[in-house]
Amino acid sequence: MNINLTLIGQSITFLVFVWFCWKYVWPALLGVMQEREQKIATGLEEAERAGKDLELAQRKAAEQLKEAKEQAAEIIEGANKRANQILDEAKQAAVEEGDRLKAAAKAEIDQEVNRAKEQLRSRVAALSVAGAEKILSVNIDAKAHDDLIDKLAAEL
Amino acid sequence: MAGEAQTATDYIQHHLQNMAYGKLPAGYTRADGTVLSESTWTMAHSSQEAADMGFWAIHLDSLGWAIGLGLLFSFLFARAAKKATSGVPSGFQSFVELTIDFVDKLVKDTFQHRNSMVAPMALTIFVWVFLMNLMDLVPVDWLPMAAAKAAGNDHLFFKVVPTTDLNVTLGMALAVFALMIFFSIREKGTVGFIKELTLHPFHSGKWYVDIFLIPFNLLLELVSLIAKPVSLGLRLFGNLYAGEMIFILIAIVFGVGVLGFIGAAFLQLGWAIFHILVITLQAFVFMVLTTVYMSMAHDREDEHANDH
Repeated sequence: MNINLTLIGQSITFLVFVWFCWKYVWPALLGVMQEREQKIATGLEEAERAGKDLELAQRKAAEQLKEAKEQAAEIIEGANKRANQILDEAKQAAVEEGDRLKAAAKAEIDQEVNRAKEQLRSRVAALSVAGAEKILSVNIDAKAHDDLIDKLAAEL
Repeated sequence: MAGEAQTATDYIQHHLQNMAYGKLPAGYTRADGTVLSESTWTMAHSSQEAADMGFWAIHLDSLGWAIGLGLLFSFLFARAAKKATSGVPSGFQSFVELTIDFVDKLVKDTFQHRNSMVAPMALTIFVWVFLMNLMDLVPVDWLPMAAAKAAGNDHLFFKVVPTTDLNVTLGMALAVFALMIFFSIREKGTVGFIKELTLHPFHSGKWYVDIFLIPFNLLLELVSLIAKPVSLGLRLFGNLYAGEMIFILIAIVFGVGVLGFIGAAFLQLGWAIFHILVITLQAFVFMVLTTVYMSMAHDREDEHANDH
């Protein structure tokens, strides 16, 4: 085994390749790797944040849904109440109207009855006077017996 | 295998000889008997010639494969870096990023100082050394025979695993060592670095005692300092050289009858599977130790002194 110039040649070659790797290979590749590491880190962070956002949005949506349901229930309840109220009012109005109509009819009937009574009374008075005239065959002084006739008519 | 006339020893020696291009001195008698009139740069035609070239020779195959695989690594990773997006990564980009992530984590655990060069260096070492080691899994004769055919020379020396060449592993260790010294001096100053070498581990606090301790300290510290790159280079070389050697021995068994062929096939498979672990582990160890040495170079002794 001879030691010769190859030794020096190899030393120089070695240093040249180390220099090349140091200048052109290592920084570029390490830079790229670090850049990717950064990218992955931010990507993961963003994914996590997105997950959180999603959870938040879901919770918000659920809350809003619940609120909407409550509102709807409230509205329906209000509407029911209002409907009942309207129904009650309508019933009351109908009852009132009926009462009024009934009262008016009754008044009219009463008036009619009174009038009939009055007519009847005057007819009875006239008839009784005519009857009495026939019985007595004399003209009764209507004036003299008016009081009596009136009294009679009132009794009928 | 490589010629019936060859003995097993020749075969092994041929496989362990690098393709050397170097300077032979004037008056040298070459393998074919010719005598050189003046010193010449030429290809070595025998192991003896390669050895006689001394220091002024270069292993074209080791260095060629090392540079080729280094370029492959640089090209693939630079292309991945150019195409890289921070979006969804494609297949190869994922693989590159996985490797980078692995190296980056390891360096961050081991090396806590501020130096942007250490992590890319660790990546380069890991991938490059792994690729060089991986050549060991290519059957030992394929590439050398292909190269011999292509060159038209049956005796062409051609080793394809750069990390089985001591020059290559020690060369890298040497570069790491140079960086260690450079960062030590840059971080601690020349005085600080010399202090580290001379005032540790024995230190009394009284200058007239310390002066006599300096030679011992220097000896100990120098040994431990030099041992770092040497052990770094030798460890990788030793593991891969041994692995290569076993593959060569198994390759010889292939030629010994039908039984030998079947046995060798199983041995080859088993050793290759085991070797996948070895080559990865050795690349990993080289990277980790380099990072640790860089960390030690950046450690300031006075920071530790305050802890006591």
